[in-house]
Order: sequence, then C-alpha cells, then structure tokens
Amino acid sequence: MATALEKPPVVAEQTPTAGPRTGFRKYWHLYAAISPFYLLFLAFGLIPVGFSLYLSFHRWDGLGSMEWAGLSQYRYLLSDSDFWSSIGNTVIIWALATFPMIFLAMVTAVMLNSAVRFKNVYRFAYFLPNVTSVVAVAIVFGSVFSTNFGLMNALLQAVGLDQVAWLNTPWGIKVAIATLMTWQWTGYNAIIFLAGLQTIPSELYEAARVDGAGPVETFFRITLPQLRPTLLFVLVVSTVTGLQSFTEAQVLLQNTSNDSTFSGGPGHAGRTMVLYFFQQTFDNNDFGYGAAVAWGIFLVVVLFSIINWRLVQRRGEE
Amino acid sequence: MASIKGTRSRGIALHAVLVIGLLLSAFPFYWAVIMSTHTATEIFSYPPKLLPGSHFLQNVRSLFDNVDFFGSMLNSLLVASSVTFLVLLFDSLAAFVFAKFEFPGRRLLFGLLMLIFMVPTQLAIIPQFVMMAKIGWIGSMTALIVPAAANAFGIFWMRQYMRSAIHDELLDASRIDGANFLRQYWHVALPVVRPGLAFLGIFTFMGTWNDYAWPLVALTNPDNVTLQVALSQLNGVHGTTDYGMVMTGALLALVPLLIVFAIGAKQIIGDLGKGAVK
Repeated sequence: MATALEKPPVVAEQTPTAGPRTGFRKYWHLYAAISPFYLLFLAFGLIPVGFSLYLSFHRWDGLGSMEWAGLSQYRYLLSDSDFWSSIGNTVIIWALATFPMIFLAMVTAVMLNSAVRFKNVYRFAYFLPNVTSVVAVAIVFGSVFSTNFGLMNALLQAVGLDQVAWLNTPWGIKVAIATLMTWQWTGYNAIIFLAGLQTIPSELYEAARVDGAGPVETFFRITLPQLRPTLLFVLVVSTVTGLQSFTEAQVLLQNTSNDSTFSGGPGHAGRTMVLYFFQQTFDNNDFGYGAAVAWGIFLVVVLFSIINWRLVQRRGEE
Repeated sequence: MASIKGTRSRGIALHAVLVIGLLLSAFPFYWAVIMSTHTATEIFSYPPKLLPGSHFLQNVRSLFDNVDFFGSMLNSLLVASSVTFLVLLFDSLAAFVFAKFEFPGRRLLFGLLMLIFMVPTQLAIIPQFVMMAKIGWIGSMTALIVPAAANAFGIFWMRQYMRSAIHDELLDASRIDGANFLRQYWHVALPVVRPGLAFLGIFTFMGTWNDYAWPLVALTNPDNVTLQVALSQLNGVHGTTDYGMVMTGALLALVPLLIVFAIGAKQIIGDLGKGAVK
C-alpha cells in the first residue's frame, strides 16, 4: 500500500490508467466516487451478515434480551426434519423446473439461430414471461391449476382423464410451481443460449458439413461443446436463484393455511428452504433459529453450486 | 430443386414449432385477460370460458373498492424510480473509477465487490429488519430504497461496458483541457455509455418493481404497501371468492412493466446475452 513518504510523481495526473501510487489526498475524489456502494454494503450487507452469524448462536424473539445458545441452534437444525424436508422440496422443485427449462431453452435457441425471419418478434415474445412480476404470474397460474375451475383440470376432463387436485397433493404442488418457473425462465435462457450460439465460428459448422456430419452429430460434436461456458453460466444462475425460490410457492399456496402464509400448502409440500426461513423468523419470531436456517440455506446453495461447477468442468476435460 | 423444397418445408416446420412456443409464452397473459373480463360465477363454470367476457369494468370497480390500487402503484413507482436513479448514479460513478483509474487498493476493493456479489440476501434480512425497526424505517418506503441504492452487479456490468466504450484518448484530451474528475464523468463518460445506462436502468426498474420478499416483511402497515404486496394481499383475502377481481389486479399491475419493456426491449434482449458469453 502507498505511504505518505512516497513522492507523488508528476505523471500520475496525466496517465489515468497507469498512475503510480501515492497518498490518499491525491485520490480522495476516486474513493469518494466509489464510497456509496461500500458504505451501503457495510451498513446493509457486512454488518447484518456478521450480526446474523452472531444471532445464530443465540436465542432471541426480537424483543426481549438475547440469550447465548452456543451451537444448539445448529444442532437443532441438523435434527430438524422440517428443515430437511424443505431442502428436499426445494431440490425436487428446482430439478423439475431446471432440466426441462435448460432443454427447452437450448432447443429454442438452436431453432431461433437457424430461423432467419421474425427473429426479433420471437425474441421479444419469448422474453416477455421473464419481465412480468412473479406475484401476478403466480396468481394467474393459481387459477390455471385450480382444482375447482382450473384450466388444467378442464383439459384433463375434456380428454376423459381424471381431475387432479393440483394444489392439494405433494406432487401436484411441486409440478405447479415448477411449471411456473419453467414458463418464466425458458425464454430468458433461450436468449442467453442464442447469444452463445452466435459466438460459435461458422467455419466449424462448414467443416462438419464437409465431413458429412448430420444435424444431430453436429449438435453433440460442435454446438454443445462450444456452448459449455454459456451452459455453465445458465446452470449456476438457475441453481443459485432456483434454490432460493420463495415468491412462487408463497403466492400460490398462501391461502391454504389459516395460521401461516409461509406454510407451503397441504403437507408443507411446497415449503421451500426460504419459505421455511420466513416462517421460522417472521411467524414464529424465532430470530436466532431463523439466522441458523439462513446459514444452512447458504451452505446448501454453495454446495450445489460447487457440484454444478464440477460436473460441467469435468465433462469439458473429456 | 428438391433440396430447395426440402429447405422450405423444414423452414415451415421450424416456424410452426417456434409459433407454438410463442403461444405458450403468451397464453397466461391471454388467460389473465379472459379471467379479468368475467364474473366469479362465470369463471367457476364448465366448460371454461376461452373468449373475453364483458365484466371488465365491474371487476376494475370492485378492485378499486377493495384495495388502494393507485396508492400502492404510486408507492411502487416511487420506490422503483428512486432506486433506479440512485443505482444509475452510484453504480456508474464507481464503474467509471474502476474502469479508467488507477489508485491504491483498487484491486482489493474490486475483488471485494465480486465477493459481495455472491452473498445471499437471506443472511442479511433479520439484522436488517431489526436495525430498520430501531431507526424507524420499517413500514416506510425508505426501507426499500436506501439498501438498494447501489449494487455490485451494476458496478461490475457498467465497468465491463465502460472499459471498451470510453477511449483513453478522450479522457486524456479532456484532462489537457483542464477538466476535473466530475467534469470527465459528466461530459466524457456519461454521453458515451448512454446505451449501457439504459440497459441497467430498465433492468433495475423492472427488478425493483417486481421485488416481493423484502417488501412483504418490511412494509408492516397493510395500508401502505407496494403493488406486489397489495396484489398478494388481494389474492390472500379474496383469492378463493372473487377471482375475476384478483385477476384484474394482476393484469393491471403488469401494464406499467409491459410499457417499460416495450420501450427498452431491444436494449434488454441485446445486452443480456453479452454479459453471459463474455
């Protein structure tokens, strides 16, 4: 780091990108320009995160005095079957949404890449689901999956199948939430894949054609390997956001329980990790345990991100 | 000849599949229109209505009777535009510094920024709530605006943009003309990066407009909430009875977003991919 003893060289003022180091006074305006973010982060990021770690070793209802609890919150977390089942719910919903979504998005992107006409119209329409609020969309999907008057059941009835109490059964709830997520994110990811596809040099495709490769072979030999960085990006973002899903399940299922809007529906089948966090914190006023749950969620998300990263990386080395 | 024919029919098949995807994307919007133009009784009848009805205005009227729709929309507008303005100002200032200037601690501070990018929000929610309750921000829009006034994503994104968009020669020339840091920012940097600001601005506005989890717990006065929270209240209380009204609310809440998106779609869709493949 710079010290006050260093002589401020004259050139520092003239070359902005390569100025030698000197004292704080010379650069105060630069520090001032970046300070808002760091100050806000200190106040609403770093201090709260530190405090939440501290809190997770205590018992506190938010009003009375804090009581030291040692590791007992975490010990309870490990044995808390509700927390484990919320992990299970989250992962199942995430998988039900993410894999079809990535598949559909990739197919859509490949098709968009080869379609010449109306490309912008398609891109606009496919992106539309992603800009709409999750709350509004969840309300609409709630009516699509409604047992009494839902469109899904009307469709089933029309083709002579039995109706399903979508928002009343464990799998129905998960499928409904996953469908919503898939609908909202497929187009978004298709556009990201499309951007990735457009960076693949056309010589590669020409070489494949010269070698007599069919479209399927071309896809697996050229498109997919070239798309790996984009796939990694999409997978990591989907994991980080999907494992922290909250609004979809909360809005879809908030009517199903009288005592908590964070219940996650009948049998808590739609109670994701973050819903469980909100329930423990703001319904039960158990701030200490809520903090421990938040750290538990953080660990699960980190773990899954590492697994994702490894999977995609290893496939790349083969 | 045959191959041309083959290409054409393949093209038609391609567009047929793409149009199906397009209809699936658009269908929930259409469905919301259908539901918001029918009475609750009509909605509950079988077979389901597939064409718009004639009760839209009645639904709008009962929506306005049941919830302070415009009040909460004004709150959402206030929060989203304040956050957008502040984010554009603070993020572009910081991004300009990180993109074009050398100073002690630069690498460290930027590394820290990237680390912050990854910290999940739940970890901060409880202490934030407690802190804001202490200083009296809970229940007011300040609780939503101030913590969101600058963010790591925007600084990172703008920095990438500014590195290539602003030429060093321009900065050098302005310095020789005697321009100080703020003048360079205002007269050299900002005019060049206007498209980047448009992307970040629209992105921030839409994201803030759609925020739900934090407003849900931070806005403790049920009469003074943002649109998303008001919608959710409406769904929670009336969801099982007056679906036409709830759906009208959902539909009307989408309108401002669709307008913003229609204005900025080209920018958003064009720039979104750039960050991912770089």
